[in-house]
Amino acid sequence: MSLLTPDPGLLFWMLLSFGVVFFVLAKYGFPIIVKMVDERKAFIDKSLEAAKAANDRLAGIREEGDRILHRTREEEIRILKDANEVRNKIIGEAKEQAAREAAKLIAEAKITIQKEKEMAIRDIRNQVAALSIDIAEKILRRNLDNQAAQRELVDKLIEEAQKN
Amino acid sequence: MKKTGNCLKSPLDTISLRVKGLLFLLFLLAGTNVYSEETHQEGEKPELNVRELILDHVSDGYDWHITSFGRRHISIPLPVIVKSKESGWHVFPSSKFHHGHEAYKGFYIAQDGPYKGKIVEKIAGQARNGRDYEEVRPWDFSLTKNAASLVMSSILLIILILSCANWYKKREGKPENASPKGFVAFVELVITSIVDDVIKPCIGKNYRRYTPYLLTVFFFIIINNLLGLIPVFPGGANVTGNIAITCILALCTFIIVNVFGSREYWKEIFWPDVPWWLKVPVPLMPAIEIVGLFTKPFALMIRLFANILAGHAIVLGLTCIIFLTVSLGTAMNYGMTALSVIMTVFIDCVELLVAYIQAYVFTMLSAVFIGLSQVEAHHAPKSENIG
Repeated sequence: MSLLTPDPGLLFWMLLSFGVVFFVLAKYGFPIIVKMVDERKAFIDKSLEAAKAANDRLAGIREEGDRILHRTREEEIRILKDANEVRNKIIGEAKEQAAREAAKLIAEAKITIQKEKEMAIRDIRNQVAALSIDIAEKILRRNLDNQAAQRELVDKLIEEAQKN
Repeated sequence: MKKTGNCLKSPLDTISLRVKGLLFLLFLLAGTNVYSEETHQEGEKPELNVRELILDHVSDGYDWHITSFGRRHISIPLPVIVKSKESGWHVFPSSKFHHGHEAYKGFYIAQDGPYKGKIVEKIAGQARNGRDYEEVRPWDFSLTKNAASLVMSSILLIILILSCANWYKKREGKPENASPKGFVAFVELVITSIVDDVIKPCIGKNYRRYTPYLLTVFFFIIINNLLGLIPVFPGGANVTGNIAITCILALCTFIIVNVFGSREYWKEIFWPDVPWWLKVPVPLMPAIEIVGLFTKPFALMIRLFANILAGHAIVLGLTCIIFLTVSLGTAMNYGMTALSVIMTVFIDCVELLVAYIQAYVFTMLSAVFIGLSQVEAHHAPKSENIG
């Protein structure tokens, strides 16, 4: 059957044309296409990865911003609280000090008054004594036998003392 | 024709092929029946011999026959290149034979005998088989119909693929610009599907080395298959349905499989991992493995050849219904003509599918065989299971 017996002439032409096709395509055809397709694939993969990384970084930055904002707010609250405390403390201290100062002044004043009072009393005492001595002297200098005259004298002396 | 039928059945399992082979055989039987009836009825008319017609169309020819009006044949003459043992090289157009009716410089196309349809040379002197001359086959490198079609499709394929490659070459180093549209994108789609779905999984890690060969095989087969489906001049030749073509393709795969086979692959052949009594006194398993070595490419060769041949034959057979039913009356003829056209269109669509599938299968099996010859692990899959 001629269909099943390969013809040598056709074998030759087939070998030649397939050989040429194979040589040309394997050297200048498919490797270039396959290489470029691979390169493009690698490029796309790389781009996707880069996009993902950029996205991640963006998310990180956003998170960082949020965190910073949050921290700032906390800081603000804290500072305000601190300031409040400090103010209260200062006010308290000032009050305390004022009270203390006042108490001290009062105490000092009291002491001074006391001293002055004592001095006055002592002065009065001294004057009274001197007066008494004066009066006694005057009484002693007159002859005092008359009761009524004595009484009159005493009153006169006291009057004099008061005038002085 | 029975031989072809057997070949169709034995090594191949594809259902489509079986159905096709069966239809093909039925057709030939039906054709010959009608033919014999016809000769009974009207003896003087030139009878339509379907078997001859189909065989003539699917086999090679020295000129590219286009059509005939009565006795006028219109065909494209092709160069005949022969080397006679006695008179050396001769190159002349095939039109010198006047469609096989005349001899030229002692060469003529044999009408019967062992070299039927081939160029033979008459060498006088040695009487044999009751003749006073001997028919000798010269060295025949004629650019026959198949060879011419082969050359044309090869040039076409080179132009197509190189134009695509050129497109990429212009964008070398700029992968961000290399996203093609239109035809280049289509070729790229086919290439990437073959590389990613066939070559990579079948061969494994060394696949890059074999990619150019397998892609060339795929595109070579598919372009010849598709050109064969076009009924008029640039196509129509039964190239991939010719055993010489599939023989070379299978041979290339055979060479690549065995030349690049690993040490483990050869060990699996000559000293397979089976009980010792299967290999020591009588080398049973090695013998089977060695037979397997040759049956694999042989199956490749027959599969492609038989599929494409059967496809061509069935299309021709269906077309012949029109001419065979002329004698059955006008109504019958009209009905059968409509049926024939519908069936032919259907089968042509199937053939488009087959053109792709056969190219795919050839590439895939070549990749599988190459992959099997690259085994490194000890418990590699046995090669006979595949193919």
